[in-house]
Amino acid sequence: MVALRELSTEELYAPGHRLCAGCGPSISMRMMTKAFRGPTVITNATGCVEVSTTIYPYTAWRVPWVHSLFENTAATASGLEAAYKVLQRKGYRKTKVDIIAVGGDGGTFDIGIQALSGALERGHDFVYVCYDNEAYMNTGIQRSGATPTGAATTTSPAGKVIPGKQERKKNLAAICAAHDIEYVATASIGFPGDYIDKMKRAIEVEGPAVVHVFAPCPLGWRSNPADSIKLAKLGVQTCMFPLYEIINGKYKLTMKIGKPIPVSEYMKLQGRFRHLFKPEFQSRIEMIQQQVNNDWNRLLERCGEKTQATTG
Amino acid sequence: MFYKRREEYNEVIIPYQGEGITVRPQELAGMGGNEAVAYAAKQANVDVVAAYPITPQTIMVERFSEYVANGEVDTEFVCVESEHSAMSACVGASVTGARVMTSTASQGLALMHEVLYVASSLRCPIVMMVANRALSAPINIHGDHSDMMGSRDCGWIQIYVENPQEAYDWTLQALKIAEDPEISLPASVNLDGFTVSHAMEDLNLLSDGQVKEFLPPRKPVFKVEPENPNTVGAFAMPDYYYEVKRLQEEAMRKVPEVLVKVTKEYEKTSQRKYGIIETFDMDDAETAILSMGSTAGTVRSVVRQLREKGRKVGAVKLWLYRPFPSEELTSAICDLKALAVIDRAMSFGAPYGPLCSDVASILQDCESKPKIFNAMCGLGGRDISSDDIRIMFDEADQIARTGVVRDRIKFVGVRE
Repeated sequence: MVALRELSTEELYAPGHRLCAGCGPSISMRMMTKAFRGPTVITNATGCVEVSTTIYPYTAWRVPWVHSLFENTAATASGLEAAYKVLQRKGYRKTKVDIIAVGGDGGTFDIGIQALSGALERGHDFVYVCYDNEAYMNTGIQRSGATPTGAATTTSPAGKVIPGKQERKKNLAAICAAHDIEYVATASIGFPGDYIDKMKRAIEVEGPAVVHVFAPCPLGWRSNPADSIKLAKLGVQTCMFPLYEIINGKYKLTMKIGKPIPVSEYMKLQGRFRHLFKPEFQSRIEMIQQQVNNDWNRLLERCGEKTQATTG
Repeated sequence: MFYKRREEYNEVIIPYQGEGITVRPQELAGMGGNEAVAYAAKQANVDVVAAYPITPQTIMVERFSEYVANGEVDTEFVCVESEHSAMSACVGASVTGARVMTSTASQGLALMHEVLYVASSLRCPIVMMVANRALSAPINIHGDHSDMMGSRDCGWIQIYVENPQEAYDWTLQALKIAEDPEISLPASVNLDGFTVSHAMEDLNLLSDGQVKEFLPPRKPVFKVEPENPNTVGAFAMPDYYYEVKRLQEEAMRKVPEVLVKVTKEYEKTSQRKYGIIETFDMDDAETAILSMGSTAGTVRSVVRQLREKGRKVGAVKLWLYRPFPSEELTSAICDLKALAVIDRAMSFGAPYGPLCSDVASILQDCESKPKIFNAMCGLGGRDISSDDIRIMFDEADQIARTGVVRDRIKFVGVRE
């Protein structure tokens, strides 16, 4: 794993952007740029990172950066990749350009999934990075396909009858891997070495690769901005967001969790789960724990690891 | 009279003495509109084509795929999963400085709608063939202009062509106009679905060398390249957004001048003369019909017949619809007594269809205002017959005599 001291001190993602204190996605972007190996162009979906890093006439990007729309980032990346390829073939460009597509969970799990699927199927040489803060935070914390069960958002509020989001989180990594691409990985800003390693591997792949990075949002999660890294670690340690790679369809666990921390330890630090701690909804936490246990064991099986009897 | 001169050209193909080169008589080939555009794209050495198939545009994509599969072009063909992604990929490719083309129709254009605005606002000189087709519902695959009119205000240059020859010629010219550094705006070349997209005609083709000379590689105003990092598509708040739009409009207003320059250059190479509008028998005309696309041919044919009977009728065809050729049009129509404006798209609840609304809005520039009425016809591919055109001229003559417009919109050729 790459050590922090080995990382480039060059900041391609400049300070002075307008993202919140403790913003997970912002940290994920800075770490992402540390993995770049050469000429790189980023294309970014509409979202927190996009609006807060490029308020004209300022920009936080010291690499070329293109924003088009919300749901078309993978398609924009397809065009960029195709163009640089042909410009190089025709002799207008000498060096290869690495294309990085960046989208939030809304732009990836929901509105952008068709364009992503198309681009993965066509086999463009690019890396898709989904920074996942588990809701539409830019528009004011609305539920997405990435919002976990039980979380309250402004469109899945903690009501008297319905306590937060009732549905499950989509399995993005499995969806991407189902396209038979070479590399899919999950990562967390709580483990930067692991994340940057995975980014580097993804860039090395000739063809599409996907990195799904867990990035807490203090505003949307109603958590202490100082706890963002702690939560990014707890998400992994509770097995709610396990870290693994899928290389040519083969699952590989990249962070073993001997004794998972109970999900309630993670949830109690976040206002979005506060309602579940009321007596009438406490059984929901057990349900979620059971769900996490099942998912974790299924993942362990896929990774060829021994399943664990109980957790939490 | 542009048209007559063009007929002369067609009869006698004169070897043309260009700058240091002698061009041999042009090659003739039988092609439909779709094929003509695909062939032009091939000769233009387009860098990236990203497209999705939709009737009646499919043949363009199929032919181009064949060129790619047979190694006849060096283009990256991105066969995307939707039109939304087609235009998105085009934008991504265009900002790198590459020459980019696509094509679509109807629902495909509607699906692209939001990306069309990004293409024009990011000043991407993408050229798109639109095989104009009716919009659903009811689903219908045939020609009318409702698709492009639905995206009328998207900031694209919009050209309407009459036949496959024009489709070929305008595709090459549109690339040069769009990519002009003063303009740098996307352009659509509109072919009436089936009537032009599928009509087979003898086409005069330029040689590859002529196209290469007329259309050298694109020289972008800016490009996204790692060596000179820039941010494209930044977030503009109320303090900057308006200026961006104002600049876009400035570029749009420069189009007619550049277009005329390009058509003159093209005439030298091709011996075919184009422009902003085409007039036919307008010198002493008292009534006339204004149309776009394939209908113009039917109108001219009826004008000839009526002229033989001594009626003072004429025809005007728009090649350029956006930017709207206000000056050229007022000088053509102001002295008329009555004008019928053909629309092949509805603007539900509006005073007129889209083209007639534009015409009505420029009439204040005329000293003696002609009476106008909107002739709605050809929706969903309904035939526009010579009889229909005669009905329009009869109506126009009646208005010229009485000075009374009975119906703002006359629905021609519909079951009432």
